[in-house]
Amino acid sequence: MNTIIFSILTLLVISGISSVILFFISRKFQVFEDQNIQEIESVLPAANCGGCGYPSCHGFALACVNAENLENLVCTVGGLPTMKKVAHILGKDSNIIHPTVAVIHCGGNCDLRPRINQYDGVGSCAIAHNLYGGETGCTWGCLGLGDCEVSCKFDALHINPETRLPEIDEEKCTSCNACVIACPKLIIELRNKGLKSRRIFVNCVNKDKGEEIQSSCNVACIGCGKCVEECAFDAILMANNLAYIDSNKCTLCRKCVAVCPTHAILEINFPTKRVKE
Amino acid sequence: MKTFKMGGIHLKEYKFSAGIQIQTASIPQQAIIPLGHYLGGPSLPVVQKGDKVKVGQMIGQASGFVSANVHASVSGVVNRIDVHLDASGYKVPSVFIDVHGDEWLETIDKSAEIKRECTLSSAEIIKRITDYGIVGLGGATFPTHVKLLPPPGKKANVLIVNGVECEPYLTCDHQLMIEKGEEILVGVTILMKAIDVKQAIVGIENNKKDAIALMQKLAKTFVGIEILPLQVQYPQGGEKQLIDATIGRQVPTGTLPIEVEAVVQNVATVFAVYEAVQKNKPLFERIVTITGKSLKNHGNFLARLGTPLANIVEQAGGVPEDTGKIVAGGPMMGRALSSLEVTVAKGTSGVLFIPTLEAARKNMQNCIRCTKCVVTCPMGLEPFLLMSQSERSMWTEMENERVMDCIECGCCSFACPSNRPLLDHIRYGKSTVGKIIRTRQAKK
Amino acid sequence: MNKLIISPSPHVHSGDSVWKNMRNVIIALVPAYLAGLYFFGLGALIISFTAMLSCVVFEYLIQRYLIKGSTSITDGSALLTGLLLSFNLPSNLPVWIVIIGSLVAIGIAKMSFGGLGNNPFNPALVGRVFLLISFPAQMTSWPKPIPFNPAYLDAVTAATPLAILKGQFSEIPSTLNLFFGNMGGSMGEVSALALLIGFVYLLIRKTISWHIPISILLTVFIFTGILHLVNRELFSVSPLFHLLTGGLMLGAIFMATDYVTSPMNPRGMLIFGFGIGIITVVIRVFGSYPEGVSFAILIMNAFTPLINTLVKPKRFGEAKKA
Repeated sequence: MNTIIFSILTLLVISGISSVILFFISRKFQVFEDQNIQEIESVLPAANCGGCGYPSCHGFALACVNAENLENLVCTVGGLPTMKKVAHILGKDSNIIHPTVAVIHCGGNCDLRPRINQYDGVGSCAIAHNLYGGETGCTWGCLGLGDCEVSCKFDALHINPETRLPEIDEEKCTSCNACVIACPKLIIELRNKGLKSRRIFVNCVNKDKGEEIQSSCNVACIGCGKCVEECAFDAILMANNLAYIDSNKCTLCRKCVAVCPTHAILEINFPTKRVKE
Repeated sequence: MKTFKMGGIHLKEYKFSAGIQIQTASIPQQAIIPLGHYLGGPSLPVVQKGDKVKVGQMIGQASGFVSANVHASVSGVVNRIDVHLDASGYKVPSVFIDVHGDEWLETIDKSAEIKRECTLSSAEIIKRITDYGIVGLGGATFPTHVKLLPPPGKKANVLIVNGVECEPYLTCDHQLMIEKGEEILVGVTILMKAIDVKQAIVGIENNKKDAIALMQKLAKTFVGIEILPLQVQYPQGGEKQLIDATIGRQVPTGTLPIEVEAVVQNVATVFAVYEAVQKNKPLFERIVTITGKSLKNHGNFLARLGTPLANIVEQAGGVPEDTGKIVAGGPMMGRALSSLEVTVAKGTSGVLFIPTLEAARKNMQNCIRCTKCVVTCPMGLEPFLLMSQSERSMWTEMENERVMDCIECGCCSFACPSNRPLLDHIRYGKSTVGKIIRTRQAKK
Repeated sequence: MNKLIISPSPHVHSGDSVWKNMRNVIIALVPAYLAGLYFFGLGALIISFTAMLSCVVFEYLIQRYLIKGSTSITDGSALLTGLLLSFNLPSNLPVWIVIIGSLVAIGIAKMSFGGLGNNPFNPALVGRVFLLISFPAQMTSWPKPIPFNPAYLDAVTAATPLAILKGQFSEIPSTLNLFFGNMGGSMGEVSALALLIGFVYLLIRKTISWHIPISILLTVFIFTGILHLVNRELFSVSPLFHLLTGGLMLGAIFMATDYVTSPMNPRGMLIFGFGIGIITVVIRVFGSYPEGVSFAILIMNAFTPLINTLVKPKRFGEAKKA
């Protein structure tokens, strides 16, 4: 019995002394940090994704505190609500943020862009891209091996097993830029979400001449220029046989979608047009 | 018998096309000559649509020091300058020529007589080589004149000629040595003069006994040329391994052979040098081996650059039914082709047809740490570690593990019992680390 | 013609596989297995089959039902683990103890780390050491070698040569007997001759390299030789005795050379072998256990990752110019 009491007492004394020592040490060696940094960190999403361009949320909080104004500081994951909170904590004006979303510039699925060879190497887009142009006749298009899917930390990007193309879940996409960097073919872009989350873009990155690419893909941009002619707002640029829609000038009028002969221009989140009598 | 000291594997040779005399491949109706090489900057076209060209006429100009001129291999009219698929799997700028007849430039000496005397000076020889677009025909296609013009302060004291042809199936170099042995040795003396060395060693693997015997007999009539038989081991023909085997010097990491005072050239390149200097003939044709287990007529074909491979394959009996993979080059380092519309380029040493059963890879398993990749690596690297690091994007660590020393020979992937794609990952790591190094050097 | 296959080079493969390597080791173990059957009879047969079968079954069950993935029992590694485990056990061990050993070897030492290639310790040795510590009595009652002994659990027992040394019992068997295997010990460790035949086979087939076994045996020989020379009274037996007794031959040739747990380059392998040799001699001579090879190998297994990091293979270009 004595042994037990003695052991318990000894352990209690040791733990008591240790706690006192630890208390004083933590007070003495405490790192003093601007209070605001911790407050800002607490309203950030804590994803540590690097989408803001700073390493970790702590780095972003540090940058916010040290910056004069919040113009170039955007947390893409938290978006406007989070930036408003940060601005409130610091007493500065919050910036205007255009919500963006990731967009895939390739519509060549298995039916429209037939596979002409079989890839048997490592299942990574980066490695396949390093080796050759891909399983189809279009050497610019999506390889379908999923480097983008692996890079997305928010479960917003999945490769559709039937079409072998990536699909973005708008609700979950935080525009963190990880997939844009991961794609070796530079097919993914962050574009503005227009009114009601609508957007129009050219669903192709092919820079080959029209006659060549038509045999490889049915929905490729052939560089015919009809969309450029049609656009009343000068929003479409044509370079290297590829059309590109500038989202700052685009008014979402959809006229270009109708004239494209290969249906290479895609419209997202629009109501279906009623067929004219 | 001499050989390189580190690593290496023994491969089944499958030299089906050995001893088959060189046949001339028929000239195509349209030649598509690529303007880009794999190593060095692509050439710039100096002709345009509608121009008439003769065989040997320059159609592409080197775009810098590490680049080469390109010459027309057929006579006719330029159809267009456009992109066309090449062995890299991408479309590269090429010159399309519609063929009419076979008219050569008058300056080219078409006779078969062997000229032994070289009247040009060393500088003139190198200028001729530069002008006539000679590149390494062993497969690397490195512009030859760059090797012959060392940086200031460095000089070679030996010329090593690569007659090894260590890749299985390929026999183009072997057959060239049998049929044009004396011309090759004249080429060797020309190169010796160009870089001012008194000693040349021609390394030939011991499975080409007829070539060794013939070359040894011919070499007696020349000064300073030694024919050295080498053990049959892959990659005996790798530049660094060959230098180690012939003269026992190991090129230090990150440096070129000139660092150990050696210059290495392939026998086919040496033959092209002979033709350029003695016959005034630019580089526009080369020997291509068509081979494979199921092929009907294996052969070594003298083909003009720009000939679609499909044409030559027709002459060799057509594509075998059971083909799963078509490889441009040898089975260890060649590139898999997606179509036979790819044309003969300066580096096309052969076309190999692999049956489907052999072509598909087996499933990958865990690394069992058997050390076979380490034991077989001729550069003393640790491929299992490099693959692991590449998968985790550990680029700094890979650079420290000397990934840039890798010669991409494929011994590691070949030997791995777990069928791990070691070389795929290492190659990707090498290209990424290479980009990082170049960015770093550009900033300085 | 089907679609062409595109993949990076190389486009040929040696045809080597994990099974082929395991098979070579199993074939190399055949002489020692026959010697074990000869000297220990029925017991050897029973424990070897029990160990092999239970290892394969446990691996299948764990991979199929616990991990719910694909099974890899066809690669032969579980079979080999079972065989090697039985070689390290006395032939009169009850079946249920052997099965527990297999469960520990496969389940704990191999599967819990991620299967083949991920285990830091040699599974067969982990199994053996676990049994030694948990069932010390049964694990140290060594059957006497009787040709084709039909007795199993009630086989006559005798002290092993090392135990004789420790306890200064009766006389030690002659060197010739030690070489052929006419002595007490684990089922597979007794016949140095048979094990050496297996070693030669493995070297010819290039399944293992000479570095680890030779460095272990040389280290033990030299170290015990020095001790013997320095103090003949205290260290009365010759170094040759140490080489031929206990699990040293088996450990040096088959256990320490396990791919997964040994270093990856020749220099590292020599250091590894040296470490095992030193620790074995220290345990045998100065420790209280009569045998130390299993512990020595397991301790050095823990150092293998460190050796791999610190000791790199010779690089091309390091050699001096000719």
